Amino acid sequence: MRPSSLALGMLAVLVTACFLIFGLVSRLSVEDEQKLNANRALVEKLGLTDLALFTEARYTRHPTQADLHSALQDHPGAFDHFPSGSLLPPPALLTQSHAHLAGKTTSPD
Amino acid sequence: MRIWLEKQRHLIDFTLASLARRKTKNIGLLLAYTLLVFVLASLTLFTHALRSEATYVLAGSPEVILQRMVAGRHDLIPPGYLDNIGRIRGVQKKEGRLWGYYYDPVLNANYTFMARPADEVADGHIMVGNALARERGLDKHNTISFRSYSGKLFTFEVSAVLSPDSELLSADLVLLSENDFRSFFEYPAGHYTDIALSVANPQEVRTVAAKLASALPDSRPILREEVLRTYQSVFDWREGIVLTVLAGAILAFVILAWEKASGLSAEEKREIGILKAIGWETGDVIRMKTWEGLLISLTAFLLGFIAAYVHVFHFGAAIFEPVLKGWSVLYPKFRLVPTVDGLQIATLFFFTVFPYTAAVLVPIWRAAITDPDAVMR
Repeated sequence: MRPSSLALGMLAVLVTACFLIFGLVSRLSVEDEQKLNANRALVEKLGLTDLALFTEARYTRHPTQADLHSALQDHPGAFDHFPSGSLLPPPALLTQSHAHLAGKTTSPD
Repeated sequence: MRIWLEKQRHLIDFTLASLARRKTKNIGLLLAYTLLVFVLASLTLFTHALRSEATYVLAGSPEVILQRMVAGRHDLIPPGYLDNIGRIRGVQKKEGRLWGYYYDPVLNANYTFMARPADEVADGHIMVGNALARERGLDKHNTISFRSYSGKLFTFEVSAVLSPDSELLSADLVLLSENDFRSFFEYPAGHYTDIALSVANPQEVRTVAAKLASALPDSRPILREEVLRTYQSVFDWREGIVLTVLAGAILAFVILAWEKASGLSAEEKREIGILKAIGWETGDVIRMKTWEGLLISLTAFLLGFIAAYVHVFHFGAAIFEPVLKGWSVLYPKFRLVPTVDGLQIATLFFFTVFPYTAAVLVPIWRAAITDPDAVMR
């Protein structure tokens, strides 16, 4: 086989794969559509305003509802104290929680 | 047409043979190039998917949230405040919301408590988000106790765990009845956390907000469009930070590619000289080198983009996840809905494929127009 046939064939395969990706994402799968619509319905029903990404403080859990400039509320130019302002998580050892006792007891603790 | 096509194929054959002569160098360049496209495309795809999902689901949030400010800080809505809003034209519904935060020392995490009507959650019952249920080992019909800020112990039965698919929105959520909410937080009767307003006509939202601000000077209206804009900024910020970190690597690649593309080695110059001497025209030499630039940059772009798509949507962007998602004690598990922004990918294509192909051409053209004898010497 000529090298050009091989190279052009490979490029054609890659281009087709790219078009397939664009084709795939242009139409949502039924499962994804249901998930998105269910989430939107939940937002409408509960009147939610924020994503539950960072739960440490008011201004990280609900950035849209926080005081203006709340990330700087200690003093102008202050860094965030919380992970939402950081780039990498700490070692897993530092974030291990206590043993999960809740749910194993039948009577409240 | 057939002759033209056949000529191009011969040129590609020749180009590939020429590339194969410097195999290690070219494979190295292709790998570095692919890696760069992969990193940039992963970043673009991930942040775009997060942004789109946030925009889509939060488009259902209330049109206006009205907070009351006291001394520049968010305060409770006192009784009668809702009535003071009166009848503002365009406002379809106004509803006092009750929600707040609770710190759970067991997990070292904050939960968001939110009151729901009695027909949704009965007194003594709660509905919890899936991340919270997972971390505390809760399931339907389990009981859980929380010590309130006043020191009293409250026990609730879990009536439902919210769908795992909604974790991005409800990871830390605890839904309880209004009575339970008020007694748990000892909320003064008739007070609310804030007010949600729904406006029928989206074009009237700003007018309604302006009317609210003038009628209630101590209030702060937060519009839905501001909510959406906040999330655009949050993810733009994270994307920007990663791009800044990567700036050094991008520059290093630009220098490498420029050096490779624009500086001709003595061997390449001799090759051009020989081609010209055996009768190749300047145009043919340029065409051959254009194919070289295109084959390398196009392959790298396509491979990088496909790998990035698989990485982001099938492996959860494992490599960049810690940086792009951030972290938190009670972090939701979520799978992003695949989405690609054609414009962003076109921009990436333009800034990766075109500069390299163009950079290849200039020195070739310069070498190709000089006398073969002088080039070969």
